[in-house]
Amino acid sequence: MQGFSGLSLFSVLLLMALGLAIIFGQMGVVNLAHGEFMALGAYVVYLCSEVVHAHFPALVPFYFIIAIFLAFCAAGLVGLFVEWSMIRFLYRRPLDTLLATWGLSLIMQQTFRSVFGAREVTPQPPEWLMGSFKPTDSIDIPINGVFVMALTLCLTAGVWLFMYRSRTGLHMRATVQNRTMSGAVGINTKMVDRFTFCLGCGIAGVAGAAFTTIGSTGPDSGSRYIVDTFLVVVFGGTTSLLGTIASAFGIAQGQSIAGFFLEGTMGKVAILSAIIVVLMIRPKGLFASKVRS
Amino acid sequence: MGGKSGLINLAILAALLLLVLPLSLDIFRLNLVGKYLTFAFVAMGLVLLWGKAGVLSLGQGIFFGLGGYCMAMFLKLEASDPVSTKIQSTPGIPDFMDWNQLTHLPAFWIPFRSLPFTLFAVVALPALVALVVGYAMFKRRVGGVYFAVITQALALLLSLGIDGNQGLTGGRNGITDLRTLLGWDIRTKSAQYILYFITCIFLMLLILAGQWMLSGKMGKLLDAMREREDRVRFSGYDVSAMKVFIFCLAAALSGIGGALFVLQVGFISPSLVGIVPSIEMVIFVAVGGRGSLYGAIYGALLVNTAKSLFSESFPQLWLFFMGGLFIAVVMLFPDGLAGVYDLGKRKAGSLLEKFRDRPRRPPEITPLIGSVCEQEKS
Amino acid sequence: MSSNTSFQLALEDLTVSFDGFKAVDGLNLYIEKDELRVIIGPNGAGKTTVLDLICGKTKPTEGSVKFNNRELVGMPEHQIVRAGVGRKFQTPSIYENLTVYENLEVSFPRGRGVFGCLAFTSTPDVTERIRSVADEIYLKEHLEVEGAALSHGQKQWLEIGMLLMQEPQLIMLDEPVAGMSPAEREKTAELLGRISKGRCILIVEHDMEFVSRIAHKVTVLHLGKIIAEGSMEKIQNDPKVIEVYLGH
Repeated sequence: MQGFSGLSLFSVLLLMALGLAIIFGQMGVVNLAHGEFMALGAYVVYLCSEVVHAHFPALVPFYFIIAIFLAFCAAGLVGLFVEWSMIRFLYRRPLDTLLATWGLSLIMQQTFRSVFGAREVTPQPPEWLMGSFKPTDSIDIPINGVFVMALTLCLTAGVWLFMYRSRTGLHMRATVQNRTMSGAVGINTKMVDRFTFCLGCGIAGVAGAAFTTIGSTGPDSGSRYIVDTFLVVVFGGTTSLLGTIASAFGIAQGQSIAGFFLEGTMGKVAILSAIIVVLMIRPKGLFASKVRS
Repeated sequence: MGGKSGLINLAILAALLLLVLPLSLDIFRLNLVGKYLTFAFVAMGLVLLWGKAGVLSLGQGIFFGLGGYCMAMFLKLEASDPVSTKIQSTPGIPDFMDWNQLTHLPAFWIPFRSLPFTLFAVVALPALVALVVGYAMFKRRVGGVYFAVITQALALLLSLGIDGNQGLTGGRNGITDLRTLLGWDIRTKSAQYILYFITCIFLMLLILAGQWMLSGKMGKLLDAMREREDRVRFSGYDVSAMKVFIFCLAAALSGIGGALFVLQVGFISPSLVGIVPSIEMVIFVAVGGRGSLYGAIYGALLVNTAKSLFSESFPQLWLFFMGGLFIAVVMLFPDGLAGVYDLGKRKAGSLLEKFRDRPRRPPEITPLIGSVCEQEKS
Repeated sequence: MSSNTSFQLALEDLTVSFDGFKAVDGLNLYIEKDELRVIIGPNGAGKTTVLDLICGKTKPTEGSVKFNNRELVGMPEHQIVRAGVGRKFQTPSIYENLTVYENLEVSFPRGRGVFGCLAFTSTPDVTERIRSVADEIYLKEHLEVEGAALSHGQKQWLEIGMLLMQEPQLIMLDEPVAGMSPAEREKTAELLGRISKGRCILIVEHDMEFVSRIAHKVTVLHLGKIIAEGSMEKIQNDPKVIEVYLGH
């Protein structure tokens, strides 16, 4: 059981880290509002839940899948707006994007608070997500946990396929590695940047949808995970997808286990300390490769 | 730097802090100003660290908090003498320890019985932590975003650590109910006036020291480092040692601010240590102008005043406003108010020149004069 | 490892690989005092990497760099500089916000530690030195001009001047005349001729005409290895060199 709650945390962290790694690792943009995009996705799912249960009860069994898709779109669209109005002016200034996106996160948090109230909300999960598998009498695997993991794996695989096997993905990687040459061969680098940012935000939205199955959502839910997510990305080395996965897994499980042995917040303190120590020794993360500076 | 404009700035600040505000505000609001001024210490440190050396730290709350907690521990011990605490199960220890069933003072509290040690710790402890963290990171060329995120994580770490150990640190409520400093009651109105003026004097002394430091080779070197770190390194300078030094300096300044905060406000808690306060301290500097020591002070005063006003009348709007402020400063006013002030001065200066030397001087001279003025202001 | 006492700079078996790619492969290079050596080679041959290895910007995977018989590998960059090695970068790397005078002042080799910086005062000998170096680099009349306002060629000279302030015994220049007009090249050749007395100079350059004017000896690099070495005429007639440069 303990192992499984670690896995759920791992899924959320990984989904968030994926989006963030794409934005930060690929573009050097520091999006401190990433957690709020996740919360946005969660709130969208909540909205869908309320609307469907009130007005379209026939759709209840199906709404969740649609809601995930809507969460992706909503987060992506907001991301589009943010990129167009703000981020695109700040590409070569990572410290400035850090401050600007922090400001954005404050605005988004207050918007959530004003629109949805300060209390935490939970969408009503569909029937098929509730309950658990019982392969044997003693093992109890919650279905929503499995669902989240499956969703995470699919999305991770999807991202990998997209980045490394599709034309657009190729364009994205090319733009990151050599912007001038990419522009010279006809790749519209501005559109690629915009798309990259939106993709990252969209993934965060999906993370938010996944998050609704394991916890309730409040205006500051996003800020709870943002530091962890950054540490996952930095710890795993921003250039490696494998690193991000391993890092998310390690940190999530570590927190889970530490939380078991040490009371209250001290588990988190222990893990944080460990991560920071490692980062001080290997600042580029565990999986970074040596390149000519 | 020093020079004429430095003295003028100091005079204006002194007039504001020592005359205008004390005469026009009641003690309650003056005490608030005093509180805001303690944040200005952190802001000054950030001007040196971020504005000059180019290193953004999102964890200055750590050092503010360390200084504050040191002072709070001393004051709390004084307020927890066996006579006042005789109703506790264990008299002579702070109340929160008693609630947590501690039976004796933890070892690390004992040195804080002494005021000289406390005063030393207020400056030395933050500096020491900065030394360790700074050395580990700057030696390995960790900079920019990585450094910022790690300082954020450290701030989170410290606030969680304090939060989770109520018996040792007062936990989430912090250390409260502080009364006297060596018998002098710090809660009285007269004490608050005195502490306000002490804070102001300290601030002005430190700003003079900062100006002196920046007017010499160190100032030019920091500018050079911010602009072209590689070149500085290849001129034989130990860049990481410089950064560690400035980081420790900023930490010590923040610690002093923290201690003065505790004296004026009467408590400390983890809410002043973590991620949110640390990043708020950055906005003070960003608004005031990250390259200007005076800007930092005005920035701290302005933003905090705005925060108070909003919280009183429109609490919902405050976060919108602050978020918007972050964005506006980054995108529109990167040099903050000091930048706007400089721009105004330069425009006025060149207008004056144009007016004074109309037909005779060729136009090329004007920009050169403008750039000389800029160098003087620094 | 024998110490080569006659050579001021000795690179032996120097190798550096990035993720398996050998940018510099088993390099052996020796430079004597008062020598002006030019390294040439097609793009990607490893020329700038050699300079990076000597000044400590990149750490080699194998081999040694000895300067005046002191091992430089493993020393931090600022120590290497203090040992007498000066490096000029490919793009002019001066402090745009400071004046020519201040650029040179900051490069003066005193008060380079933290407390040295705080206590530093500009004494007459510093001013004297700044003026004489400024004179050497043709910027005597430009002491109060801001770095950003200088022409490209002047910025290159200023950077050389900043190196001269440190009184280095090894000066390394990466494409010093890139982007310069013919008149400026002329003056640069003259400058380099003057400053090569009493020290050794290592230059990476592409402009063959300039190279033949100034070089005492030329080393040709290709794919991280030396393929020819000698006087300019010798290497210009070397078939391997001609093949690599496609008859430049």
